[in-house]
Amino acid sequence: MTVLEGDGYKVELDEANGCIHMGGALRLGGLNEYAPISQMLEEALDGRDTLTVDLTGLEFLNSSGIATLSKFVIVVRNRQNCALKIRGSNAIAWQGKSLNNLKRLMPALELSFD
Amino acid sequence: MTEDYGQIREIHPQRDIETLNLSFWPGSVPLKQRWRNNGLSADFLGDYVTTFFPLDENDPATRQRQSEIRGAVSFIANELLENAMKFHADGLPEPITIRLYLMRDQIVFQESNAARGETSSQFRGFVERVRSTDPGELYIEQIESNAAAEGSAGLGYLTMINDYGAELAWRFEPIAEDGFRVTTQVIIKI
Repeated sequence: MTVLEGDGYKVELDEANGCIHMGGALRLGGLNEYAPISQMLEEALDGRDTLTVDLTGLEFLNSSGIATLSKFVIVVRNRQNCALKIRGSNAIAWQGKSLNNLKRLMPALELSFD
Repeated sequence: MTEDYGQIREIHPQRDIETLNLSFWPGSVPLKQRWRNNGLSADFLGDYVTTFFPLDENDPATRQRQSEIRGAVSFIANELLENAMKFHADGLPEPITIRLYLMRDQIVFQESNAARGETSSQFRGFVERVRSTDPGELYIEQIESNAAAEGSAGLGYLTMINDYGAELAWRFEPIAEDGFRVTTQVIIKI
């Protein structure tokens, strides 16, 4: 497991299952502070034909974090060699509001809500 | 000269309006240390308003409504505070303030901070763009063009409009020493 951890949040890559779990509350100050997370997401694509991003434990994400996810979705779309699944939760309000936009960026994205 | 983009509401205390008002003088603590307070303050505002949307165990819709309102208040307040902390001019004799007015069918946020002339004219340029372009298109354009790297402040406002149906307005008031008091108002229907 590769793990990035900070004040109130945790991002971990489960290499065996091709899944990145993001949990807690992420409110880093701008896209540059999200760079390590972007890097982890992009590196996880290497050598995989499917990647799942599990957001079911992510209670809060600020707009810089939403932008980071959006940019990642564009990277996956442009690479065209890895299918992307994003798992959200109906119990977390921001996800119902903002995750559907990702499908506008990448119609092939598989978005599900638990 | 005071300039308004959209209509900034003058709201007076009334029996049926709940108001919270927070003020900060950011220069007293480094930004890095203060950043976590944005989240604490935003979550406080979000939790506070839930009192007025009580849960009814026999009606599951009340849980969803409470969670949506808490989420919206917390997201919007956090974005307003993050932007205020990023762009506030410490040297000017103005605090950062955020006010929340809870009304029967809407929540109004008014956030003010000070900005130097140059920062405020750049921001004014963004405001004019938001008001003259489709916010959904503008969001995608910013994300796709990498322009977001520096100007990520704008993405928060666009997310409020696109995802929360928020109505935004701004006021720029000249204050001393080539500075402006910049007020951002966000209204969501509840």
